[in-house]
Amino acid sequence: MAELRHRGARDTDPALQQQASEDKGSDSELKVEKDGVSDSESKVDSGVPEVPVPPDDTPEVLNKALSGLSSRWKNWWVRGILTLAMISFFFFIIYLGPMVLMMIVLCVQIKCFHEIITIGYSVYHSYHLPWFRTLSWYFLLCVNYFFYGETVTDYFFTLVQREEPLRILSKYHRFISFALYLTGFCMFVLSLVKKHYRLQFYMFGWTHVTLLIVVTQSHLIIHNLFEGMIWFIVPISCVICNDIMAYMFGFFFGRTPLIKLSPKKTWEGFIGGFFATIVFGIMLSYVMAGCRYFVCPVEFNNDSNSFQVDCEPSDLFQLQDYALPSVLESATGWTTVRLYPFQIHSIALSTFASIVGPFGGFFASGFKRAFKIKDFANTIPGHGGIMDRFDCQYLMATFVNVYIASFIRGPNPSKVIQQLLALRVDQQLHIFNSLKAHLTEKGLLPALEEAAA
Amino acid sequence: MTELRKRGEGGGGGDIDSTDNISDKEADADDRLGLQGDAEGECDDSKAATPDVPLSTADADHTPQCLNKALEGLPPRWKNYWIRWVLSIAMISGFVPIIYMGPVTLILVVMIVQIKCFQEIITIGYRVYHSYDLPWFRTLSWYFLICVNYFFYGETLADYFGALVQREEPLQFLARYHRFISFALYLAGFCMFVLSLVKKHYRLQFYMFAWTHVTLLIVVTQSHLVIQNLFEGMIWFIVPISIVICNDIMAYLFGFFFGRTPLIKLSPKKTWEGFIGGFFSTVVLSFLMAYLLSQFQYFVCPVGFNSETNGFTVECEPSDIFVMQEYTLPTAVQNTLRWETVNLYPFQIHSIFLSSFASLIGPFGGFFASGFKRAFKIKDFASTIPGHGGIMDRFDCQYLMATFTHVYIASFIRGPNPSKVLQQLLLLQPEQQLSIFHTLHFHLREKGMLPSSAE
Repeated sequence: MAELRHRGARDTDPALQQQASEDKGSDSELKVEKDGVSDSESKVDSGVPEVPVPPDDTPEVLNKALSGLSSRWKNWWVRGILTLAMISFFFFIIYLGPMVLMMIVLCVQIKCFHEIITIGYSVYHSYHLPWFRTLSWYFLLCVNYFFYGETVTDYFFTLVQREEPLRILSKYHRFISFALYLTGFCMFVLSLVKKHYRLQFYMFGWTHVTLLIVVTQSHLIIHNLFEGMIWFIVPISCVICNDIMAYMFGFFFGRTPLIKLSPKKTWEGFIGGFFATIVFGIMLSYVMAGCRYFVCPVEFNNDSNSFQVDCEPSDLFQLQDYALPSVLESATGWTTVRLYPFQIHSIALSTFASIVGPFGGFFASGFKRAFKIKDFANTIPGHGGIMDRFDCQYLMATFVNVYIASFIRGPNPSKVIQQLLALRVDQQLHIFNSLKAHLTEKGLLPALEEAAA
Repeated sequence: MTELRKRGEGGGGGDIDSTDNISDKEADADDRLGLQGDAEGECDDSKAATPDVPLSTADADHTPQCLNKALEGLPPRWKNYWIRWVLSIAMISGFVPIIYMGPVTLILVVMIVQIKCFQEIITIGYRVYHSYDLPWFRTLSWYFLICVNYFFYGETLADYFGALVQREEPLQFLARYHRFISFALYLAGFCMFVLSLVKKHYRLQFYMFAWTHVTLLIVVTQSHLVIQNLFEGMIWFIVPISIVICNDIMAYLFGFFFGRTPLIKLSPKKTWEGFIGGFFSTVVLSFLMAYLLSQFQYFVCPVGFNSETNGFTVECEPSDIFVMQEYTLPTAVQNTLRWETVNLYPFQIHSIFLSSFASLIGPFGGFFASGFKRAFKIKDFASTIPGHGGIMDRFDCQYLMATFTHVYIASFIRGPNPSKVLQQLLLLQPEQQLSIFHTLHFHLREKGMLPSSAE
């Protein structure tokens, strides 16, 4: 959510604001800025020193196509086109499947890390510190190795057991990851140079905080993905929808400023966006919960060595009858309504995206003001860097993961088997007997087996 | 391991330092090591590079009055060294009764140390950034500390106190939704931070936010690893800590007697002779200590919580690594010693690895802390312990060791915790439980654990 973006042009022109409504993508925060107090942001900008952002990354083809328009219109068209491109790209990669999605998440993570570290370098003028670039990337590799290793061991259990080198790597995975990290730590200590201690410690801290934010949460996204692609698509769409809806409501009804940190956000936009996102979430869940492709946990098929999404949908994704509370009954004249239970959960997800999600955006805005930068980078023409697009998503990803772990699924069965087989035999026997007693109580074990035991 | 400690008094006096160092027993090793090396260089460096640190509590005199009276006859340098020696003995003696008092006390002590370390590092951050007057910030730092501790202690409790938790209804609720509750608490702190951002102080506030998080990462996660090691058996708590202390002392002694070649520019008082001598002597001493401690059930047994007595028990059948076994010596050693086999506890072999780590990699934790103190131009982390500096000064090498011990145990010693596995099993769907049951049945039958008539 880029606050201090291309605001050089005076944007009080109502025609421009109409133009803005054509932007469909995650441009909403800029659109929110259009209404209400549009001047205060610009005044803040006048105090910002020139940040060395590369001038114009727009591809030549776009430039030529829009050469006739004035610069403001051109700006909006560029952003509109890029927004549409991003959304279409999103649909396309969903179609391509889980493997591609994982690769995309990995690429986004690397780009975000790179953007934040580059800001750190420019803030601390530490481009020339020995080793530091290498060390930052090395730590990124280590942490990624650790997390991917844990994921791979969980979900690809049978594949890992089959291949001997993979089995050793997974058995001693924590030890290997720790050894790799320690090597990086020792390299850092050995690289401390007399006059630059403080800078080096700052960059070390900066790298670790970035890793904490970016890498852990990209792995939570992948965990969510493995639960079922719907747990990946719906949260991201809710956040995007909230941005757009908050902008629209702010544009039409915006009057009361929301927070000093982002003077262009309004309470009307916030509340309107909240209700609109809930409705959108319910409808989107309804549409998606019917497709197996989205709903089934992603599994690795040993025989075909690929991912498959085929299963019997769990209870969450089966239509059920809910009795309406009497208030609604009298209003709509229906006694029951057929819903997927997942739609109820989507209300919780949308509520989080609308109410707490924006704090992620405020955090990023504060960060950019603190370090006097307009955008995180200039990767996407018209939109800024990848971080600008993804700052609200991070809180959402963590929330979805915690939500699933607390309210939806239990532990992963293959992980439990793995742990079981690693125990000592007498412990296994003890658990076997407890499990037997438990299952017999529940009536799941045929009495025949019980009699023979 | 404090480098830049009270060196203001023209501490280049080599002879005085050498006499005093013999009496210092505690982890003052780097100081003593330095005396044989480039003593002058370090002093000049520290004096020149250290401007007046504002509000430096490290320079105030916290010595208790009774000690002051007892030592008032001596010149200040001697007095300084005597104080440090007395405190060293006090700390070591304090360690022993704490171990005697049992696991609960140890957990409490670890927690107190953690809180004090956190406070020391955060105070340094405040001073560096002159951010005493930022609104909310102290409250928020402590709030985050409480959140993260709540998260970690909750995870530990749910694991080890499974039976107790199942009994009490509110505890059961808290355990089931533990992650969600912790996350909600953390988020509340995050939102408070965002709402507390003040126009002119954005950068400072972000710095302190990051400083708090890195400190939590270092201090809190590792104190919990220490506690998890403790639950494996008190020997996994005592031996690593003792090894680190022993390495400090031995490295000092070897440096004192034989030190000549400087080790690293960051700590000019450390020498290669001290490093290598410390390594070998630590391996030998820890080998002996492992032998002594492995005999007692009190140290060796995993700490269990007894639901009936509501207390901790350390009674069990010692596992294989604490049972004496015969090892055949390699032929080279056989010829020299004329023994064919030797009776050892397997744990002693493990202790060799632990002590190697403590001697070779542990010092990097100390160098890191030294670099940190030089970067921020402070002498000590704080002045909690008279003569020794702050708690962080004593514990900086221990952190890497705690993590290593934990990873070592997880990779090479124990498997997963059986009660935890059972707990997870019971949470699964019935069909999944049934399928796991059959898998386990098949597996156990293959191993011959089940009589074939059971099928």
